[in-house]
Amino acid sequence: MEILNEFIEVAANPAAYAAKIKASGRPVIGYYCSYTPEEIIHAAGMHPMRLFGSKGDTGIADRHLQAYCCSLVRGALAESLSGGLDYLSGTVFPHTCDSIQRLSDIWRLNTSHGFFADVVLPVKLNTESARRYMADVLDKFRKELESYFHLTISDEDLNASIRTYNAIRGSLKEIWELKSHNPGLLSGSDLSSIVRASMVMDREALKDDLRSLLEELGEGKPSGEAKGKRLMLVGNVCDHPDVYTLIERSGGQVVWDDLCTGSRYFEGMMEEGSDPISSIADRLFERQVCPAKHKSPTARGEHITAKAREHGVQGVVFLYLKFCDPHSFDYPYLREYLEKAGISSMLLEIEDRLPPEGQLLTRIETFTHML
Amino acid sequence: MSQTDAEKKRKFRSAKRMREIMTEYYIDAKTAGQSGKKVAWITSGGPVEPLIAMDVIPVYPENYGAMIGASHMGGDLCAKAEALGYSTDLCSYARADIACALENGGPIGGLPRPDMLVCCNNICGTVLKWYEIQARLFNVPLFIFDTPFCHVDFADEARRYVRSQLDEYIAFLEGVCKTKFDYDRAMEVGRLSLKGQRLWQDVLDAAAHRPSPMTAFDAFFFLALIVTLRGTQKVVDFYTELLQEMKDRVEQGISAVENERYRLLWDNLPVWYRLKWLSDTFASHGACLVADTYTTAWCGSMKYIDENNFIESMAEAYTRIYLNIGVDEMVKTIFEMIDKYEVDGLVMHSNRSCKPYSFGQYDIMRMVQEKKGIPCMMLESHMVDERSFSESQASTRIDAFMEIIRQRGARTGTAL
Repeated sequence: MEILNEFIEVAANPAAYAAKIKASGRPVIGYYCSYTPEEIIHAAGMHPMRLFGSKGDTGIADRHLQAYCCSLVRGALAESLSGGLDYLSGTVFPHTCDSIQRLSDIWRLNTSHGFFADVVLPVKLNTESARRYMADVLDKFRKELESYFHLTISDEDLNASIRTYNAIRGSLKEIWELKSHNPGLLSGSDLSSIVRASMVMDREALKDDLRSLLEELGEGKPSGEAKGKRLMLVGNVCDHPDVYTLIERSGGQVVWDDLCTGSRYFEGMMEEGSDPISSIADRLFERQVCPAKHKSPTARGEHITAKAREHGVQGVVFLYLKFCDPHSFDYPYLREYLEKAGISSMLLEIEDRLPPEGQLLTRIETFTHML
Repeated sequence: MSQTDAEKKRKFRSAKRMREIMTEYYIDAKTAGQSGKKVAWITSGGPVEPLIAMDVIPVYPENYGAMIGASHMGGDLCAKAEALGYSTDLCSYARADIACALENGGPIGGLPRPDMLVCCNNICGTVLKWYEIQARLFNVPLFIFDTPFCHVDFADEARRYVRSQLDEYIAFLEGVCKTKFDYDRAMEVGRLSLKGQRLWQDVLDAAAHRPSPMTAFDAFFFLALIVTLRGTQKVVDFYTELLQEMKDRVEQGISAVENERYRLLWDNLPVWYRLKWLSDTFASHGACLVADTYTTAWCGSMKYIDENNFIESMAEAYTRIYLNIGVDEMVKTIFEMIDKYEVDGLVMHSNRSCKPYSFGQYDIMRMVQEKKGIPCMMLESHMVDERSFSESQASTRIDAFMEIIRQRGARTGTAL
């Protein structure tokens, strides 16, 4: 499938794609979090670009960050300091965890990518005052973009952006559902490339590309027999398509997830209307929470268990970046919730580079064979 | 005067009273069930005054964490939490407290069971997760006081949001306690709170004297009251006495460190299980840690408090505390402290347990070196997990650091 290859290529080299956008004269605004109000950036005629940070040698970040900092934050700073993000015209930091919070400070003081905004979202997402604050914060972000770039973001622009994003998220969800129903249809690494490329590609083109991809997938027969234990990935970001491949080689297949690079990105729709900022805020407010946010003490346990049941999941793989506090705090209780539901789980803590392949294979195989 | 006499003289007479007050406080808290009082667990930077006004006993898992650390129980308790699946990279206060709550272990046989939980995230995101865990364990109401991070300023929309949460907080307390909130009483508590904070600042300021009558290690000890009981007369009385003791010490020329030659500033939480060792090690170099950024945090946002409108002004005061502001804002406080206490060097505790306090320290260090021209050093640990601390490594670093300080000479030029 040619269209699928496009997604794979973009996901493999997002910087090259972003450079092309930049060359076309459109400002590229980088971000690191699925709570970013991309719709507003897009409505401003700019290009929202999810960043994943550099892998490998991140030594340049050692001047600013201790060794006990997660690889996403370290890789992000390293990529900026080493000139890998010179195509950016700005960055935006929604408030999430303690590490990203301080990365924002260090970023503001040490890098220069033009526009800079902290979008200090509420942490608790279960009161009306927090909902109002969420909308206020997004409205402020809109004004900051307008003022810095000397432009106007109209409600019509925002509604058009909402339509585009609803279409994108709807398509991604359909692809995930298809994969769950018919796991042989797409490999896990393709699935991973699709969602990551979706955070990088021109959104209007993407909207159409995802429809075309869906049509092709709809017509396609399973590319292989659907075999392997049905697994769900739960964690922060997964920028390692190899993880999916290793899971498949170990006798498993990922049929659903709770990841920033997965369902947390595409779940939730927005209403068009007279107050688009509130619509965008409402989605962020209602969406399944990341563990750095609070809906109720048991919200994530209930959600993840329900999703696992809904998708006939036999086992859950917790895939965490090492030093990720919010996720690590949730692990024991999520494991317990799943156990009570009769679902086994395993924990894989990874850093910017995956552990040796043989070691990972053995661990995942041991798990899938037990299921 | 013999060495032992000098040492005796250096001991604080207020320490005994402080221990008595803390013992009474914990007895009250542990027997709350009999007195019919409610117990709230609250985060160290949380808005406690409304609890005091409602006659609720506030209990601080973080203060308890410090006790755990000081009694060298942190390593074992943290290991127990790890066995439950909590990562060794997580905050050691949280790990130790989680283990204690499950088995009533730890000092004083564990904390009293909470009737409610009050979590204010102005110190970190860790407390949110920690209190969610306790809310599941104890199945009691949880109130989250969400204080948006002030990277560069306290935005109007954040002010409105925090202000409305004060009303929600009061409604929450009225619901749990089933009594009306007394605003007049709260005003009085607010006045006492501010008075306590002013006295605490005065106590800390006594260290500006040369030689300093106290060290940051003393401040770590005397801190417990302003954290746990601010808003009460007891705190005001105690710090009044302590302040008098500081004045007496200054008058009598009692220095906290014998032959104080160098004055240092400490950054971050203490290494609770090595207080004495660190204190002795620095003292052996003639160095006194005269001040720290940690204990100052409990009086650092007084400028935002309006004595005549305490409840209203709490919104700003609790949001703009030291840990809830940007790195460049923190540096301003550090610069002020360096000048006020005439500091010769900065000792930074890179605390694996506290990412919001520790990330950004390298940048702060460079700014201090550039703008203030004083040497800085870094020690790494988990604040109550003694398994994470290497004495020999720390010792080598302190020796090397003190050698640099010695070569530069103290500010007064008395050094060799």
